[in-house]
Amino acid sequence: MSEVTLTIDGRPVTVAAETTLLQAAAQLQIEIPTICYHEACTPNAICRMCVVEVEKQRLLQPACVAQVREGMVVQTRSERVERSRRTLLELLDSAVDLSDAPDIQAQIVDYAARPARFPEAERRSPPVLDDNPMYIRDYAKCVLCWRCVQVCAEDAQYTFALSFEGRGFETQIGTFFEQPMPATSCVFCGQCVGVCPSGALKPRREWLLEQGKTADDILEQTRAERRRSRRSSPA
Amino acid sequence: MSEPKMPAGAELPDWTLLPPILHRHAPAGRSALLPALLEVQALYGHVPQPAAEQIAHALATPLADVHGVVEFYSLLYNEPIGQTVVRVCTDPSCALRGGDALLAAACRHAGVEEGETTPDCTLTVERSPCLGHCNAGVAVNLSSGLPARTTTYVQASPESLADLLAGKGQTPADRGSEDFVGGDLRVITPLCGRGRRTTLGEYEAAGGMQALRKALASLQPEQVVERVRQSELLGRGGAAFPTGMKWESAAKAAATPKYFVVNADESEPGTFKDRILLEGDPCRVLEGALLGAYAIGASRIYLYLRGEYPLALERVEAALAELRQAGYLGEAILGSTYDVDVEVRSGAGAYICGEETALFESIEGKRGFPRIKPPFPTTQGLFGQPTAINNVETLAQIPYIVLHGPAAFQELGTAESTGPKLLCVSGDIARPGLYEIGFGVTLRHLVENLAGGVTGGALQALLVGGAAGTFATPAELETPITFQGLRAAGLTLGSGAVMVFNDQRDLRDLLRRLGRFFAHESCGKCYPCQLGTQRQFEILSRLAEKRLLPGDSERLREIGWTMSDASLCGLGQTAASALFSAMKRWPELFEPKGAA
Repeated sequence: MSEVTLTIDGRPVTVAAETTLLQAAAQLQIEIPTICYHEACTPNAICRMCVVEVEKQRLLQPACVAQVREGMVVQTRSERVERSRRTLLELLDSAVDLSDAPDIQAQIVDYAARPARFPEAERRSPPVLDDNPMYIRDYAKCVLCWRCVQVCAEDAQYTFALSFEGRGFETQIGTFFEQPMPATSCVFCGQCVGVCPSGALKPRREWLLEQGKTADDILEQTRAERRRSRRSSPA
Repeated sequence: MSEPKMPAGAELPDWTLLPPILHRHAPAGRSALLPALLEVQALYGHVPQPAAEQIAHALATPLADVHGVVEFYSLLYNEPIGQTVVRVCTDPSCALRGGDALLAAACRHAGVEEGETTPDCTLTVERSPCLGHCNAGVAVNLSSGLPARTTTYVQASPESLADLLAGKGQTPADRGSEDFVGGDLRVITPLCGRGRRTTLGEYEAAGGMQALRKALASLQPEQVVERVRQSELLGRGGAAFPTGMKWESAAKAAATPKYFVVNADESEPGTFKDRILLEGDPCRVLEGALLGAYAIGASRIYLYLRGEYPLALERVEAALAELRQAGYLGEAILGSTYDVDVEVRSGAGAYICGEETALFESIEGKRGFPRIKPPFPTTQGLFGQPTAINNVETLAQIPYIVLHGPAAFQELGTAESTGPKLLCVSGDIARPGLYEIGFGVTLRHLVENLAGGVTGGALQALLVGGAAGTFATPAELETPITFQGLRAAGLTLGSGAVMVFNDQRDLRDLLRRLGRFFAHESCGKCYPCQLGTQRQFEILSRLAEKRLLPGDSERLREIGWTMSDASLCGLGQTAASALFSAMKRWPELFEPKGAA
C-alpha cells in the first residue's frame, strides 16, 4: 500500500494512503473532537465537530471521512475551525439536554462555548419513553448521532427496529408507527444503549435509581410488572 | 399513537385494492418504495399502518424504514388527513400577491389552524413552500377525492377560494392563464408558453429529434461527449458544473450498468423554468436525456420529477408514450444497436431531493439524506453505479449543441458563459414570466426592457438565484448576467430565479420567509443545518417582528458562517447566503434600535 506525507498543525506525518485525517492526526497525538463518530460504526460525518481546515479547500473538511492526500496542509484548530466547533456546541446545547453527556460537556469547556447562547430557542423535549423492561428512551437528551440506528441495522445487529420521525430540527429516532419497543423487531441486545453518547438510551434500572427508587423498590416494581404481563399475555 | 381520526360515516378501507399495487412493485424491491407509498396514499388518503406493513413485506424493506420514509416527505402522511388538502404557497413571490391572506382565509373557512385537519376530516389546510408558479401567484396545490387527484392552481385569491375548493381554479393549461415566455432568444423555448404540450409530431416538424437521429447514425458516444465538452455548457441547476466533464467522467467509469438521471425536482423558491420546459416541450428535454444516456453508455434513464408538478407529470408521461410508440425508446431504438428506456419517478415533497445524492437516495427508497462526497456520482451514483445527473434546462440545451455544433452554441453567450439561459422573473414586475436570453445582457435589460419594469414603486431589491441566492440593489443593475460577472459583483446566478421587490416591501418579512423555508426543508442529517436553520429562522422571526435582541446580528453571523463552512451539502452551505448579502447591503435592518 502506498504512503502519503502531509502536514497537520505544522508537523509532517507519513501514513498509508487510505487513512482518514482523524486517524492521521491521532498518529501525532492530535485529538480532534467528535460526537457522532464511533469506531464500531460507519462514519457519517453528521456532527461536523471534527471539521478541520485544509489548505486550498473552500469548505472545512470532516476529518472522520476526509482522506489524506500527498502534500495536504491541515489546521485542526484554526480560528475558523474553533468558531465552527464553538457555534455547533452552542447550537446543540440550545436544543438538547446535555446533562448526561460528559464528553460533550468537556468539549463545551474546551471551546469556551457560551451557555444559553440562543435566547428564546425552541428545545427538543419529548417525554421519556418507558415502554419495556430493559431500557428507557429519553429523546430530550438525544443528539441525533445515529449510532443506535446504525448498530440496530447493518453496523451490527441487523434488527432494523429503529428509524427516524420527522425531518430537520423536528427529527427524532423512532419505531414503526411509534410502536412500543416490545411490539417491534427489537431483540433487546442492548447495543444501542452501549453506543449512546448522551444518556438518551439508558438501562431502565439505572434510570429508576436516578429517579430515587431504591434497589428494593425496583425489584418489587419489576416483579409486579412481570405478573401483570403474564396475566395479560395469551396462554 | 392517538386514535386515528375517521371521517363520519367513513367505510372501512377496501384492502383488496392493495395486492395489485404490491404485486406490480415487488420485483423492484425497496427502490419501488416511494412509488408504492404514493399509490397507496392516493387510494386511501394516507398510508395506513396495515398497508405500510404489507408494503414493507412486499418490498423486503424494514418496517421502521418504511415509517421513516413516510415521515420524511411532506406529501406522505401516516395518519388520516382531509379528503381535500389545500396547500397555499406563501414563499416570496406568492407572498407579494397575498399568499398569507389566502392561507388565513382557508384556515377561517375550515375553522382550523394551518397544518390542521377539520374534525370531520373533510379539509386539511397547509402552508406550502414555493410551488413553482411564482409568475402567476398565489399558487395553490389541491389534492382531492379518492383516488386523490392533485392540481396546482394559479392566480388564486381569498375571493376564489370557494371555486378552488370546488375544483374550479385556473391552471397554466387554461386560456388566459398560460405561462408567459419571452426574451431575446427562443433557442430552447420556441415551443413553450402556449398553454399546451408540444406533441412529438410538432416537435419533429420543428426540427426536433434530428440531433438524436444524427448521433445514432453517425456519432460515436465519445463524439457526443466531445461536442458537449467543447460547447463549455455549464449546468443550469445552480452549481454550474461543466456538463461535458461530468459526462466524460461517467463515460470513462468502468462499472456497468450506468444510469442517466434527469433532475426535475425543481423547488428553489422563485424558479419555474424546468416546469415550463416539461409542460410545454417535454420532448426536447427527453431528447437531451437520450443523447446524454447514449453518450455515457446508460441504458436506463430516471426522470425524478417534483411531486408538486402534476401537470408536468401528466405531460411527460404523454410525451414518453409518443416516443415509445415512435421507436425512440426500448430495444434498438431507431434501428440502431442502442437500447434505452425512461422511468419517471415522482418526488413527495422535499426540496433536499434536488441535491443529487439525496435524489439518488430517494429513488432507492430511502429518506432524502445527502451522501458524503466523494465518491462522486460519476463513479458511484444511483444504486452505487456510475451516473450522470443533469438539470432539465441543461438537457434542453443538448439537442442544439449536438445538431449545430459547439461553436454555434457558444456564439449565443459570452466567451466564458456560453449559450442561452433561462431566467424566471417574478414579484413586483410588469411581465412576470420565463425569459430566454443570451448570457451577457445586464440585469437592467432583463428587468426593464424584457420584463417591463418594476411595479408598485421604485426598485428596492432583486433576489437573484432563489432562496439560496443573493440580493442585488438598484445600483447593481448594470451587472452582466454571466456566471463570472455576477460572481464578481458578489452575486450568484443559482437556478436563474430573479425576484423583484419594490420599495414598499418589507425585506425583514422576506428574510423570515427564507428562514422558514430552510428550516422546513433541512433534512436534519448534519448538525450545522439541522440546528442552524432552526435558530436562524427564530432570529429572523424576531427581525420580522422588529424585536431583535442585543447580539442577534452576531448570532446570525456565527450560525451563517458555521452552516456555510461546515454543512454536509449545498442546502446548509447556502442557507445563509441571501441573509449575508442582505446584511452587507442593508446593515441598518439588523440594528436592534433601528428596528423600531
